[in-house]
Amino acid sequence: MVRAEQIYKSFGHVEVLRGIDLEVAPGEVFCIVGPSGSGKSTFLRCINHLEKIDAGRLYVDGDLVGYKQRGDRLHEQRERDVCAQRRDIGMVFQRFNLFPHLSALENVMEAPIRVRKESRAVAQEQAVRLLDRVGLADRRAMYPSQLSGGQQQRVAIARALAMQPKLMLFDEPTSALDPELVGEVLDVMRGLAEEGMTMVVVTHEMGFAREVGDALVFMDEGVVVEAGKPREVLSNPRHRRTQAFLSKVL
Amino acid sequence: MATAVIAVLTAMFANMVMTNKVFNWSFMLDNMFNAPVLEGVRTTLLMTIEAMILGVGIGIVLAVMRLSPNPIVNGAAWLYVWFFRAIPRYVLLTVCGGLGIFYSTYRIGVPFGSQLASLLGLSSDLSILSLNGNQIARGFVAGLLGLALSEGAYMAEIVRAGIASVDTGQQEAASALGMSRMLTMRRIVLPQAMRIIVPPTGNETIAMLKDTSLLLAIPVTNELFFQTQAIGNRTFQIVPMLMAALLWYLALSSVLMVGQFFLEKRFARGFDQRQARLKIMQVESEHGAGAM
Repeated sequence: MVRAEQIYKSFGHVEVLRGIDLEVAPGEVFCIVGPSGSGKSTFLRCINHLEKIDAGRLYVDGDLVGYKQRGDRLHEQRERDVCAQRRDIGMVFQRFNLFPHLSALENVMEAPIRVRKESRAVAQEQAVRLLDRVGLADRRAMYPSQLSGGQQQRVAIARALAMQPKLMLFDEPTSALDPELVGEVLDVMRGLAEEGMTMVVVTHEMGFAREVGDALVFMDEGVVVEAGKPREVLSNPRHRRTQAFLSKVL
Repeated sequence: MATAVIAVLTAMFANMVMTNKVFNWSFMLDNMFNAPVLEGVRTTLLMTIEAMILGVGIGIVLAVMRLSPNPIVNGAAWLYVWFFRAIPRYVLLTVCGGLGIFYSTYRIGVPFGSQLASLLGLSSDLSILSLNGNQIARGFVAGLLGLALSEGAYMAEIVRAGIASVDTGQQEAASALGMSRMLTMRRIVLPQAMRIIVPPTGNETIAMLKDTSLLLAIPVTNELFFQTQAIGNRTFQIVPMLMAALLWYLALSSVLMVGQFFLEKRFARGFDQRQARLKIMQVESEHGAGAM
């Protein structure tokens, strides 16, 4: 579903990604762990072209992301094509980024109506269903500021699902939450995984990675240090840096 | 002590205003509600509203242009704001009043229409609409043009500040949903920027009301200040009619200020209420302090 080949990315003089190679299979829950500043969030944001890559190739579902190949050369895509590509990739942010001037229901309806040009009735029916699914049937009319962090993040997941994506990206979805609210968000993600959604999850929740993840990579200083089955990497890390990191977080 | 000084000064001022024959208050009262003056009030209000609507429109377009990644689009907006902020309104209005001198006819049509037509051997100049320069430069339209162009530059800065106040995460979230830059601006960013944009726009409206008196530069003959001046000059009752103008502007500005007060209160209240409700929820719910 996602294939990355030698991805490089710098911010000014700082090299954030230094040759990332990885592959995410359809239906897989792919976890990325690592210390802060290791480039894992930047890599995730490259997958839907929120960040431009400097070198390498990134494919989602067989298509190059953000570029078009003509002959040997890569050309940057027009805005319309980038938007079209992003429609199929859902993203959930660390800080939720719900639209504060819209109610929970309107947050979920906005993109289907404006981007996919669905009728209001169809979009609303779907939004009601999605909010029901993330356990917020009784919170439809509330505005984001009236919801707890965990509820906001669940609305954000519903909002992303409303575009019926084939891939979901999660950027530390529970890091901004109070500890007692983490569980409700992870439960929704677990349900999503069971239904076969392809998910790339940047997380510090090692328990979730071990239990739900199908594959896991440990990133540090812009490179993939270690990759494998979550259970193996987390229980028997081979690399020294992985061992050092895990001894601190587990 | 201070109170006493103020009381004495107020009494002296009142005495001067009441006894000095120059003020001729009865003449003022007789004339400040006659038809030409009321027509002037109407024109002034219309001009204020129309110039503000156009100015806000121009301002929004310029502010969005300023944020464009395209350096030419961005640079054009910068140039506009620089130009119209750097020239005094009175001078700009005088120039607008003189538009009939630059060209006698203004044509709206295909760019370089007459050159293109001669190239193709056509007799037409490919213009769709042809306007007499001296006609449009006279009065209301010229004044509206000048005030709106100038206001657009100030509104651009206000709108830009409003847009900048919206968290960048909002744009990212909209982009991730496949929304285009323009759609994101219209549906997500601008509605949130409004809270920052509305209060200074109220100030601009009040300033605009007062600046309609500058239309004397064109001149716009049915505007309030022109009318009161004209009556004053004709009857040699200059001071009473100046006082009439002063009181009218005072009254109209005050009405706008009251409107602005309630508008701002409404916006602030919406925000406070939500915060308050959130606090109540936090206290009530088992979860305690849910992250904002």
